[in-house]
Amino acid sequence: MTKKTIKINFDTGWDLAPAPESTSHIQLNEQYELFIGGKWVKPSSGKYFPTINPATEEKIAMVAEANEKDVDKAVKAARKAYTEVWSKMPASERAKYIYRIARLIQEKAREFAVIESMDGGKPIRESRDVDVPLAAAHFFYYAGWADKLDYAFPNRKPQSLGVAGQITPWNFPLLMAAWKIAPALATGNTVVLKPAETTSLTALKLAEIIQEAGLPDGVVNIITGAGETGAAIVNHNDIDKIAFTGSTGVGKIIQNAVAGTNKKVTLELGGKAANIIFEDAVLDQAVEGIINGIYFNQGHVCCAGSRLFVEESVYDIVLRKLKDRMESLIVGNPLDKNTDIGAINSKEQLTTINNYLKIGKSEGAEMYQSNCVVPKKGYWCKPTLFTNVSQSNRIVQEEIFGPVLAIQTFRTVAEVIEKANNTPFGLSAGVWTDKGSKLFNLSSQLKAGIIWGNTFNKFDPTSPFGGYKESGFGREGGLHGLKPYLKF
Amino acid sequence: MLPTLLFSLNLEFNFFRMIKKTTVYLNNPSPSVDQVGIIDRIDRITSRSIKDETKLQGLKLALNMVDLTTLEGADTENKVRQLCNKAQHLHDAYPGLPTVAAVCVYPNFVKTAKQCLQGSGINVASVATAFPSGQSSLEVKLLDVKIATDAGAEEIDMVISRGKFHEGEYNFVFDEIATIKEACGKSRLKVILETGELGSFDKVRKASDIAIEAGADFIKTSTGKISPAATLPVTLVMLEAIKDHYYRTGIQVGMKPAGGISNSKLALQYLLLVKETLGKDWLTNQWFRFGASSLANDLLMQIVKQQTGVYQSKDYFSKD
Repeated sequence: MTKKTIKINFDTGWDLAPAPESTSHIQLNEQYELFIGGKWVKPSSGKYFPTINPATEEKIAMVAEANEKDVDKAVKAARKAYTEVWSKMPASERAKYIYRIARLIQEKAREFAVIESMDGGKPIRESRDVDVPLAAAHFFYYAGWADKLDYAFPNRKPQSLGVAGQITPWNFPLLMAAWKIAPALATGNTVVLKPAETTSLTALKLAEIIQEAGLPDGVVNIITGAGETGAAIVNHNDIDKIAFTGSTGVGKIIQNAVAGTNKKVTLELGGKAANIIFEDAVLDQAVEGIINGIYFNQGHVCCAGSRLFVEESVYDIVLRKLKDRMESLIVGNPLDKNTDIGAINSKEQLTTINNYLKIGKSEGAEMYQSNCVVPKKGYWCKPTLFTNVSQSNRIVQEEIFGPVLAIQTFRTVAEVIEKANNTPFGLSAGVWTDKGSKLFNLSSQLKAGIIWGNTFNKFDPTSPFGGYKESGFGREGGLHGLKPYLKF
Repeated sequence: MLPTLLFSLNLEFNFFRMIKKTTVYLNNPSPSVDQVGIIDRIDRITSRSIKDETKLQGLKLALNMVDLTTLEGADTENKVRQLCNKAQHLHDAYPGLPTVAAVCVYPNFVKTAKQCLQGSGINVASVATAFPSGQSSLEVKLLDVKIATDAGAEEIDMVISRGKFHEGEYNFVFDEIATIKEACGKSRLKVILETGELGSFDKVRKASDIAIEAGADFIKTSTGKISPAATLPVTLVMLEAIKDHYYRTGIQVGMKPAGGISNSKLALQYLLLVKETLGKDWLTNQWFRFGASSLANDLLMQIVKQQTGVYQSKDYFSKD
């Protein structure tokens, strides 16, 4: 008699009906100009590029492409605002403006969430519950610091730097803009910010809020464009500080470019986080953490837990629980309130991910994907995991930036620490164990800027965020996040 | 004298079974539960949107899973009869409705309920074992069960000895459940953990594992006499215990949240939790029940609303 394999049947015949968030309340222009000196100005090149909804492959709006001339204009506007208004203003007055931005984000939270999901493909559940509230929280938090800098750094006479050039990535467009702008303003600097070219819309909506909040002209300038626009910001002579979040490749170029200049730099780059599960961990909730760690925002997260290390004794159970949990993840329309995993941000990124899936298979790893159905149109990738992988595989070494998890096993603490640290990156890590002592031992030995204990991907404005090694340097968030925008 | 003799025979018969089962339990110590993680998971469930056809299908399914309950000191035969009538005629103005799964009463009303429900396909469930506190001797508890089963109860809802559980007398709790399971004969046994008195998710998990290994056909959250009664997080902890046991043995165990589930939205969230944790095989009243009294009417109101598009007055639905 053959033993019947025990399996949970998730094909229940009781599937969730579509529950799309309404888009009728949002206001979008057909074409967006550059926000320089408090006004919307046409790009000097006269060029515009489309921004695409990755779930439908349809154009949402046209966005201006800023060239060197426009960047220069923006920097001049920021410099003027800095010397004439912002640096002279009492700190408590500055705070009022930042509070106002925070409140306006809250007021327009729904509109922001819908636009973020349309433009970037992330599920509305995340943009509504994570991106937008956290963005507002960052402005609130740093507004509070504005007039307390002398207490943050006692006896060190903190002073603002001047004009900050800021370049943000496409994975958390509004949130990253908040992470950059809020501390810069609180410390008395003015800003030239460039959002990523595939997801410019919420930054441009933020510009509208900044206008509405009545910020003095030129304190915040938001200009759009691709890599060349970013390069023009980095190379501009009158910028005092560069803050960049993005790929390690571009981070290296920036560091080369600013070498020998007076510019201060912070870089928040890629990652290949280790999520480590011990046999004494609370497995069901650890599995929830792994899922959240790698499939949050389609895996487009620099601190995503993309490498999973499972203690050998619980490997089978963890894998089973993981596969079961993957079955209830809904992939599809980002605007549907029930969607867990949305669209891949761009065609280009989907190609990159698919290429890694191919590499993984050709390296001999076993690929598993959940049995979900993805829409025909748009850019999609089913939640994926690879087993039978080793440290020498490219899918373990390189950042994929997609919903792809590589699973390895380990036997001893020493072994897992060595493997977890054996990567050029060092942004984040996760440790799952019921033993506090084990947790503290690991957190002191793992080379990562953020280590989550029995949780993953939790963010708070009070908590500093940043990396080790090729994941960058400098911290954003918390008290630490003020420092890169100050001289003493 | 006869019942006493029967008991002692039963106990001896059980003895060997118990040893075997206790060993099984000790070989699989209960895993701990992370409160933060459980609540995160529940947040994912409650943020889901259940509408249109999914909602209607879910409401009918939930209605079919209700154990219509009356467990008052003031219960009378007439009250029980009324409840049984309600169970069979939930809302005749709306044809094609399912019935509830069972009517749940005290042992002394089982006979009445049985008569009323004859041929309806609705089970009679009876609480027993010195419900709700369980503070009595095994003899009394067994007699309580016997009275209910003799009167024809198809389902027995017992309470565990929470005091012994807190004392760490896990074997006592285990043996008691196993003995009562034996006494139930063909009747299905639901084991009430009274999670509101257990104090932590870890203890809920431990009590669930003990009850399951001791032979429970169902595990149930609460008596309804203690607050908090059923909650989504507690139910998830118990569903995970059922799931792990299923993977270990291939044996299905049912789940019954009871108390505090009075509106449809919450009931649908419970169903969603079952769907995403245990899948299709548990989405039937054979393996999932709601212990509730006022839930049925709210489900009915919602079902009618789905059809007509408007809410009706509560007075259009019978209160029994």
